[in-house]
Amino acid sequence: MSLQNAIVTADIASRRRVSVMAGLVALVALLVLLSLGIGPVRLSPLAVIDALFGGGSDVAQVIVREIRLPRTILGFAIGAMLGLSGAALQGLLRNPLASPSLFGAPQSAAFGAVLVIALGLADVRSYALPVAAISAAFASVFALLAIAGRNAGLLILILAGLAISSLAGAATALVMNLSSNPFAVLEIAFWLLGSLEDRSFRHVVLALPFIAAGAIILMSRRHAFRALSLGEETAQSLGVDVGRLRLMVIAGVALGVGGGVAVSGTIGFIGLVAPHLMRPLIGHDPTRLLVPSALTGAALLLSADIAVRIIPSTSDIKVGVLTSIIGVPFFLYLIMRERRALAGGVT
Amino acid sequence: MTAFLNAQSLSVTLAGRVVLRDVSLALSAGHLVALVGPNGAGKTTLLRALAGLVPSEGAIHVGGDALSSLSLRERARRFAYLPQGHIVHWPLPARDIVALGRYPHGATDPARLTPRDTEAVQRAMQAADVTKFAARRVTELSGGERSRVALARVLAVEAPVILADEPTNSLDPRHQLDVMKTLRTAADQGRLVMVVTHDLGLAARFADTIVVLSEGRLVSLGAPADALSEQVMAEVFRISAFRAEFQREAVIVPWAEV
Repeated sequence: MSLQNAIVTADIASRRRVSVMAGLVALVALLVLLSLGIGPVRLSPLAVIDALFGGGSDVAQVIVREIRLPRTILGFAIGAMLGLSGAALQGLLRNPLASPSLFGAPQSAAFGAVLVIALGLADVRSYALPVAAISAAFASVFALLAIAGRNAGLLILILAGLAISSLAGAATALVMNLSSNPFAVLEIAFWLLGSLEDRSFRHVVLALPFIAAGAIILMSRRHAFRALSLGEETAQSLGVDVGRLRLMVIAGVALGVGGGVAVSGTIGFIGLVAPHLMRPLIGHDPTRLLVPSALTGAALLLSADIAVRIIPSTSDIKVGVLTSIIGVPFFLYLIMRERRALAGGVT
Repeated sequence: MTAFLNAQSLSVTLAGRVVLRDVSLALSAGHLVALVGPNGAGKTTLLRALAGLVPSEGAIHVGGDALSSLSLRERARRFAYLPQGHIVHWPLPARDIVALGRYPHGATDPARLTPRDTEAVQRAMQAADVTKFAARRVTELSGGERSRVALARVLAVEAPVILADEPTNSLDPRHQLDVMKTLRTAADQGRLVMVVTHDLGLAARFADTIVVLSEGRLVSLGAPADALSEQVMAEVFRISAFRAEFQREAVIVPWAEV
């Protein structure tokens, strides 16, 4: 009986999703321990666990709980938010090349933050920074979706995203160009490269509420992404308020990405890569991809942040540079795979 | 019999152009209504306006309630809408697509359906004859199979009104008959089914009522042979047709230009 087969197949698929999730959680937990253990003083995972819960030497406790824990929390939260944002944007636009960085959201958020710093409106530890970053990210994603229209093909989205990220990059360069304070320029330049080094709990407090709010907003509308698989009009006919959904996704992505960028600088391509890594394992259901993509994003950023501490080099490699170096070739590979669609055959 | 779906002086303007002009309709439950007319007559726009998917002037009542007074979800429960083209953007399993028909009833996760939703999905899949490829991805199915999955999704809503936009488009004759028969059965079970089609032969064969639109206006409405009179065929479609009766159904075959 084939209906039985269908139920059995669905069962296998759901068991597979559960094991993939369990694997991801274990991987992220391992990376958290590694991230807490790696640095000038190397600590074994067991020593890390010990120090985390108040055991071990005082020095180990300070290193793990005060120096490395904020960095690890930010790596997890920002990576997860980037993965979630990528999956949400791909679901909203039904487009596998959608992602925050290709739409210029982090670049615009960086511009917002840079403007605030350069104008001397706030120091790098005030809430004005994430607010400016979030506003700029919101404006950029909103503009992109308005330009792209309701049924945008791949090409329009990518071109509009390119234009917006170029504009944000140029505007940031202009601010630095006009800035009279050389120290501010240096600070901005380093921070633009994207890094989690030397972040404190003050940074965690600055970013985490916004990231959490963004994630809650995106997750609250998760089922609408599945209905959108049938196109906007059909989703609307099924009772999804598509206009409102768009605004909520823009708001969620802007809050999460803006909040993250405000403390880490621009970290690109995690949102693009994470959902693609999960599709062969989880399937194409845009709703089921959200949480695994978030975990994958966290794993990617934690790994990248561990890698920059291990790779021997004369000066520090910034984690944002590393994610782009790995992310851009992946993007090129995706373009190659979507060649037919980009050439205008299918949209 | 009182009308289940009532439209009074419906007008739609899209991008400054009047697409639908002063259309009034009263349609009863249990009927299959074919909506025909030349390209650009406003057929799709009429379906969208009835489902509340495009803003319109005039009044629409469904089951005694004004459409404007209903929430988005309540509208979705009353109108099952099948658009042209059967678009599915991701390669999802057919069963998950059909289960989306239960979305208006609060069943947002196809992996966690209530027994009532599961039954509705099974009934719909049986009616559209898609049970045997429930587990397959829609992208792996043939055009005919995919159109039946789309039809099953619409049936799964179990809405009193079904609005189907060219459901037989690009299907072979056997599949066209399958789809029309399935919709006919839905109408016989007490639903109001509206079908947009260019196939006057299928319309005449299966519909109780034919609505003819031309340039955004309602030109003629009635039983197939009356609505598609020789005069309407000549004026609206600019063709003549072979007309006959077979097994007590009207047979209309487009024959020559006039």
